[in-house]
Amino acid sequence: MLSSFSEMLSYPFIIRALTVGILVCVCAALLGTNLVLKRYSMIGDGLSHVGFASLAIAYALNAAPLAVSIPVCIAAAFLLLRLGENSKIKGDAAIAVMCSGALAVGVMVVSLTSGMNTDISNYMFGSILAMSKNDVILGVILSAAVMLMYILFYNRIFAVTFDESFSTATGIKTGLYNALIATLTAVTIVLGMRMMGTLLISSLVVFPSLSAMRICKKFKSVVIFSVIISVVCFVSGIYFSFVFSVPTGASIVSANILVFAIVFVIQKIKDR
Amino acid sequence: MAVLECHNVSMSYGKNTVLNNLSFSINAGDYLCIVGENGAGKSTLLKGLLGLKKPSQGHFCSSDGLKSTDIGYLPQQSPAQKDFPASVMEVVLSGTLNSHKFSPFYTKADKNRANEMIKTLGVEDIKDECYRELSGGQQQRVLLARALCAAKKVILLDEPTTGLDPLMTKDFYKLISQINIERGITVIMVSHDINSAVNEASHILYLGNNSHFFGTAQEYRESELGKKFLGGEPLA
Ligand SMILES: Nc1ncnc2c1ncn2[C@@H]1O[C@H](COP(=O)(O)OP(=O)(O)OP(=O)(O)O)[C@@H](O)[C@H]1O
Ligand SMILES: [Mg+2]
Repeated sequence: MLSSFSEMLSYPFIIRALTVGILVCVCAALLGTNLVLKRYSMIGDGLSHVGFASLAIAYALNAAPLAVSIPVCIAAAFLLLRLGENSKIKGDAAIAVMCSGALAVGVMVVSLTSGMNTDISNYMFGSILAMSKNDVILGVILSAAVMLMYILFYNRIFAVTFDESFSTATGIKTGLYNALIATLTAVTIVLGMRMMGTLLISSLVVFPSLSAMRICKKFKSVVIFSVIISVVCFVSGIYFSFVFSVPTGASIVSANILVFAIVFVIQKIKDR
Repeated sequence: MAVLECHNVSMSYGKNTVLNNLSFSINAGDYLCIVGENGAGKSTLLKGLLGLKKPSQGHFCSSDGLKSTDIGYLPQQSPAQKDFPASVMEVVLSGTLNSHKFSPFYTKADKNRANEMIKTLGVEDIKDECYRELSGGQQQRVLLARALCAAKKVILLDEPTTGLDPLMTKDFYKLISQINIERGITVIMVSHDINSAVNEASHILYLGNNSHFFGTAQEYRESELGKKFLGGEPLA
């Protein structure tokens, strides 16, 4: 096993995948806890479908894919996280509307223009092993920025997630921090889409936090533990997919399901 | 000088007007109790004072330049945080955040303040427990500690004694009048415990269905309304 692991590390494309992948996993796990607690577990799905539509449009217009999809996804995240609370359409319904709407737009644009090319299908199913050097640089910069912002505003993000009206009443700029969460989420999802594909990205956000929440009692330990779970699952998923030649996205999700099942059993035994 | 003023305020949810043309003002150091039946609009008024809900008419203001970062608040019901993993310490500490301008992390002083409040409210031994696994009364104490951490000039409390045992309730009233007198913090409290309210507070605001009363506790005691609610017994 050790030899196949070191063999795996001898391929530069895998090193690239691991570098960006680990960073994005950390971001997703950090934000995941807040999103799950704010009842926005499905936001990953919603945003990645919007991402898909914006990519289709970017290809149709011959524009740079990330330059289009990041701002579009940030706008969508704003809509979902901030308007969801006041408007008549509640969070889950808004996400469902956004998911199917964006998918429809994306498919229409694709079929009216180029037809399904490999780039677009990569975004649907993930193509972490096909990352270019530029992808890696951009991925590293953006995820480092997300992590830095999260750490700097960790206490405020906690306060706003725990009790929004108390925070507003006592003079914390709730709107600003909700906007921050929305922006960081959108950037993370767009980066993660490249790895996991539109269809599986939600799992990266949701699973590690759900597992960690079952066994930790402090918010800080939930966040730290979900980051650890996320990274471990990612690396073992990549390894599994390398050894058995199965799709990476699916094996990463499978690893997460396994951890969730183990945690579930441990907790059931502890409760008895 | 008035810390908080309320000018001809009406508040409504859609077409349902809850408060109608209400005016009063609170000076620094006052201790105001808001009383009235269920559904009279007490919590709604607090939300208005805190800027969480806009009045449909009139306005709130402060001639004292009160900033929201000087305010502590205890909501009547926290939104369902049933599965939120957070320790008591983390919750209480979050009350100190509003004294930060830019610094991202808690300082030594914040931690001392949080620990002091935790001690005052007798939740030391559950400091590292998970908030969601506490009893209702214990949760109330933790939220009170958080509100006290945040309060620098004014504290607004919505039925703070709900769920507290009689001993804690007594201690709590003592604590509030202590911070009111010693630290000069203005207290605005919603309460159904009208007897304690009249004894403890300096001012009473009664919200009725179509009439309001605002005045000092003494004036309230002598009014028709007060006599009715206090059961006619003269209080020492
Ligand atoms: N979110 C809301 N949406 C619509 N109507 C509301 C809402 N909250 C309160 N109301 C209405 O406003 C009125 C006043 O409510 P409020 O919570 O201010 O009463 P209260 O005086 O605090 O009562 P209690 O003693 O039960 O706490 C009620 O009749 C209620 O129906
Ligand atoms: Mg109320």
